[in-house]
Amino acid sequence: MRCRQMLMSGAVLGALLLSSACSIQPWVKPYERDRLADPIMAWDRDAISSAYLDHIRESREGSRGATGGAGGGCGCN
Amino acid sequence: MPSTSTLIKRCAMAAIVVASTAFAAGGDASGPAPSFTLTTLAGQSSGLSAYKGQVVMVNFWATWCGPCQQEMPLLDQMYKKYKPAGFTLIGVNVDKETPPVKQLLERKPVSFPVLLDPANQVSKAYHVDEMPSSVIIDRKGQIRYVHRGYKPGDENDYQDRIRQLIRE
Amino acid sequence: MIAALLLIRSTSADVLPDNRADVFYSKYSGGGMDITGYSATARAKITENFALEANYFVDKVSGASVDVLSQASVIKDERKQKSGTIEYLHDKTTYTASYMSSVERDYISETASFSLSQDMFGDLTTVTLGFANTHNTVGDNGGTANKPDVAWVGHALTRAYSGGVSQIITKNFIAGVNLQVITDAGYLANPYREIRYLDPTKPIGYTLANQVYPDTHTSTAVQVQGKYYLPYRAAVTVLYRYYNDTWGVRGNTYEIDYTHPIRNRWIFEGRVRYYKQTAATFYSDLFPFAGSQNFTARDQNLAALDNTTIGAKVTYAFLPEGWKFFKRGTVTLDASRIRFNYLDFRDIKDFSVASVPPFGPGAEPLYQFNANVFQVFVSMYF
Repeated sequence: MRCRQMLMSGAVLGALLLSSACSIQPWVKPYERDRLADPIMAWDRDAISSAYLDHIRESREGSRGATGGAGGGCGCN
Repeated sequence: MPSTSTLIKRCAMAAIVVASTAFAAGGDASGPAPSFTLTTLAGQSSGLSAYKGQVVMVNFWATWCGPCQQEMPLLDQMYKKYKPAGFTLIGVNVDKETPPVKQLLERKPVSFPVLLDPANQVSKAYHVDEMPSSVIIDRKGQIRYVHRGYKPGDENDYQDRIRQLIRE
Repeated sequence: MIAALLLIRSTSADVLPDNRADVFYSKYSGGGMDITGYSATARAKITENFALEANYFVDKVSGASVDVLSQASVIKDERKQKSGTIEYLHDKTTYTASYMSSVERDYISETASFSLSQDMFGDLTTVTLGFANTHNTVGDNGGTANKPDVAWVGHALTRAYSGGVSQIITKNFIAGVNLQVITDAGYLANPYREIRYLDPTKPIGYTLANQVYPDTHTSTAVQVQGKYYLPYRAAVTVLYRYYNDTWGVRGNTYEIDYTHPIRNRWIFEGRVRYYKQTAATFYSDLFPFAGSQNFTARDQNLAALDNTTIGAKVTYAFLPEGWKFFKRGTVTLDASRIRFNYLDFRDIKDFSVASVPPFGPGAEPLYQFNANVFQVFVSMYF
């Protein structure tokens, strides 16, 4: 009986999180992305140059990995 | 307080509605189009009410939005083609600053009216959730269609909808 | 030598990036080595959803690295790398597949990788997942630069698993976190590097011997980064990376970048990076005697070290509004100076056995050197 109640509450919580009536809305609107769309806000403007610097570092250091970035930009589609 | 099962059903329905609108590029919408008054680059006042009785397409765009730039010439062509039949296209620009808008329109002029919404009040009123967005309004002032984003070929979609509304 | 480049590709899955072609020149000089690189890259959208990119890179190495103890001869080698990438955008997801091959006289590396990038939550969040598989074939050139004699000594297989989340925090601020786990198996040592152990029977005080590496290696790296838009139009980036592996190397990277544009024509960038690592557990500059450990290494990359980089980059748009079918044309110069400082790797200049060196074994000065890295490239957008 208690187990069933817990499952039901879990399902309600899950559904609540999914529905628009009870969830967080994206707080930066698409028409507010002018700064994020600026090329200076790109993680990597010149991939060929960063790849080369990473290559030099990997040849001289014992570390590797996790470099780079994605996302941002104008969010237009 | 509704029963748990009713609550789950309502939330699930809401989730389905949200999910479907989130993934659709275009959808039939409803409700009266919120009226607005904005200024042109020249400083004149204009708004939706000036085009009462016509089929209106409100296109939200920005100078920093690539796909917006892509569709502008096509929107211009469409405007010139359907204007005699009672169609108007209003370009609502959402840039925070005016100089880049002026520069862009000097280099690539358009013939349809461009209104400035730097405070983003009109964008909020129309619930713009994608850039660019095009809202098509019928002769009675009701929102009939919302198109989110732009991909080459979407202009055919716009034209179909416009022709349909012109005939009404 | 080096694990394949496993960058988490810089994408925003809203539209595919613009078409672009770059011609690139680079020069690295430091530690007795001079490496000149030339490259050409082109990317183009075939349809609005499909893009292709191809890159060709040639590296020419000359010089004598301080850690090549066995032979004082000058290395002259050339590395040719080619890669091809396909990008496919569907709705809010970008799929990327690429292949890279790097060939030099004594080292062949091939990598196949796949990643996907998903925009979600009103395009505020981007989640990326990636996998890369690399096969390396390692050789040992027993001859000279002009008369090579390469013996293939082993293979290595590397698998890299990556994940990243990028989140727009405010209109001015974007942050991200990346995680990458890499496992290698096979022949993982550099065949040209050797260890030394104390040997009182030799006038020089030590004897050289081959390195013995474990045949497996797993590493984890986590990077957190943030980029902030300054109100007068500039951007500041801060990043921190933590690295840790099964060989005992722990590395910390700290970097700060500042980007300052001037209207539509110029972009100036400055960067400072500090890196510090601990040595691998089986590393030693001087072992006490032969066979003192199961695994032994004296590769300077596995030593306890730190390095500091100061870099500057200038981009000038010589075609800010384009010309004919070109949308924009820029030329970029990037210069960095890196100071390398080894905490337990010593500078052994005298390989000759006949003379008695001025320093006793283990008392030689710790190695330090400066490297200059220079890049210049022209980018045409179309």
